Amino acid sequence: MLKKYKNLSNYARTSISTYGIILLAFVILFPLQQAGALSYSFSGMLVPICAYIVMAISLNLTVGVLGELSLGHAGFMSIGAFSGAIAAVSLGNGTPDVLRLVLGVLIGGVLAGISGLLIGIPVLRLKGDYLAIVTLAFGEIIKNIVNCLYVGVDAAGLHFSMTDVASLHMTNGTVILKGPQGAVGIPKVASFLSGIILILITLFVVINLVHSRTGRAIKAIRNNQIAAESVGISITKYKMIAFITSAALAGMAGAMYAMNYSSIVAKKFDFNTSILILVFVVLGGMGKFFGTIVATTVLYMLPEIFREFGEYRMLIYAVVLIVVMLATNSSGAKMLKDKIVDFVKNLFARSKNKKVEAGGADSE
Amino acid sequence: MTFIFNLINGISLGSVYAIIALGYTMVYGIAKMLNFAHGDVIMIGAYVSYCATTYMGLNPLLSVVIAMVVCTALGIIIEGLAYKPLRKAPALAVLITAIGVSYFLQNSALLIWGSAPKNFSSIVSFDSISLAGGKLIITSESIVTVIACIVIMIALTLFIKKSKMGKAMRAVSEDKGAAELMGINVNLTISVTFAIGSALAAVAGVLLCSAYPILIPTTGSMPGIKAFTAAVFGGIGSIPGAMLGGILLGIIEIFGRAYISSELADAIVFAVLIVVLLVKPTGLLGKKINEKV
Repeated sequence: MLKKYKNLSNYARTSISTYGIILLAFVILFPLQQAGALSYSFSGMLVPICAYIVMAISLNLTVGVLGELSLGHAGFMSIGAFSGAIAAVSLGNGTPDVLRLVLGVLIGGVLAGISGLLIGIPVLRLKGDYLAIVTLAFGEIIKNIVNCLYVGVDAAGLHFSMTDVASLHMTNGTVILKGPQGAVGIPKVASFLSGIILILITLFVVINLVHSRTGRAIKAIRNNQIAAESVGISITKYKMIAFITSAALAGMAGAMYAMNYSSIVAKKFDFNTSILILVFVVLGGMGKFFGTIVATTVLYMLPEIFREFGEYRMLIYAVVLIVVMLATNSSGAKMLKDKIVDFVKNLFARSKNKKVEAGGADSE
Repeated sequence: MTFIFNLINGISLGSVYAIIALGYTMVYGIAKMLNFAHGDVIMIGAYVSYCATTYMGLNPLLSVVIAMVVCTALGIIIEGLAYKPLRKAPALAVLITAIGVSYFLQNSALLIWGSAPKNFSSIVSFDSISLAGGKLIITSESIVTVIACIVIMIALTLFIKKSKMGKAMRAVSEDKGAAELMGINVNLTISVTFAIGSALAAVAGVLLCSAYPILIPTTGSMPGIKAFTAAVFGGIGSIPGAMLGGILLGIIEIFGRAYISSELADAIVFAVLIVVLLVKPTGLLGKKINEKV
């Protein structure tokens, strides 16, 4: 069974493991949630975990597959969250919840994708750490702008302002976005089921993209840009495809995340959130989607698990982060690992030799 | 008059950014890593100085020295425990470790000093200068900050250009392997770089909190990010670049706040950074890197 699994193509293995773990989690958790067997705090974390898994998978497309460090991924989440929230509120209470959710998520994804295009044009001309700092800058700019944006809706449509509620010039409309106070009155239509569906869609898009001709071109650019260019791969086009897909998926995750709460503020999607998602990706493994899913779930729940440590929990979280990075990457730890592996191998080899000797003696 | 007032404020804030950016840029130049924990070393420096003056009743100037000593030790310890084992690891692993260190410092500060803001009393004791019949006031903090910045800049340039250790630093940042073959102790050189960067961070922390006297465990994060931006703005790895980037950034921020919008000041700073990087992709004074095929 295990051998058969190992003989499968990379594509099949990735698909089975990732879809498998998501479906498994759903099959186990959904009945429990419906029966009310999950604790209040845990069932409240289900949708955010789903959103963060989508965020981490989409960031892994930029960082792991395309190989460009992005420090502003939360910016796309923010655009998705607020546009999704605005869409959901302006549809009004008469619209069915499912339609509000689907349209909100779609609009969030489309707008984040468009901003991904606009941001990608300048950003992707840069390289390495310079690219990273510019994504950071865009993330901060988005946070700042949303933080002073006022949006309202009335019978005449949407109203925008950068100063205050009064300058929206509305007559008995609803104010959706109130600058620093954030978006209010968002319908809480996101559910665990919809979160799982969004993850499955994301996995489907990303896994198929990575294993397609386009995906191979993207990986070629990651491995050696000059070599890729010299065999006729259009660098800008393929970088753009990866970047925009990543942004659009992040936008959808943001919209899903926003519709799990009744209000949400721009400060939630700051540099620290971008970094948090990057930590999920790096600990999960670059370009590895199964690892990303596991790392996101575990790391998101870690502060909750450490709750019994009280105020020390974030300190322990930081220590765990440093220790894990040191254990997986330091030269000392690698040497130790090699030694242990050698030792175990020798142990097996010796016992095998003994068996062979014993077998030889028998046959004589 | 308001223009000159804003300009002076901008140069003063920019000088603080420049001192922080020097730490970023030196570490980047030599270890090729983005040390995201640098901003939190600033915060620790400010807290140490606060404790020395408030609880122990020491002279403010002495408290700065103590803060520098503590931060230098902290920088060396962080480098030795968290970054040294990862010398050959991928850049992202080091970045995440730096973020871990940053969380660690912030949460340690939260546990030690609590989340309530501390009111930092200025270390500068002489009066502000009032010019043009009281129309133009130059705060004493601005004067001290700008002077400190100039002194640090000159001292650091001399150190890098003239001293043996400075030469070693330049050699290591050029080529670690070749430097080692020439008998330079690479590990020691990197440790010294971290030590200097952290000592500068302590000075920056005290100056920052003297001008903006609210001290909380996250005080260092935003100035840290801005100083990092300043370092990139001037060309990361270049010491005059960090200085220029820091001061320009400070001026842009204060002008943006005064003339455009106080909420959008940060957005303006970052927008200028993006425009500069698009025109000059390695920053204002950065070296052009030719890629070998």
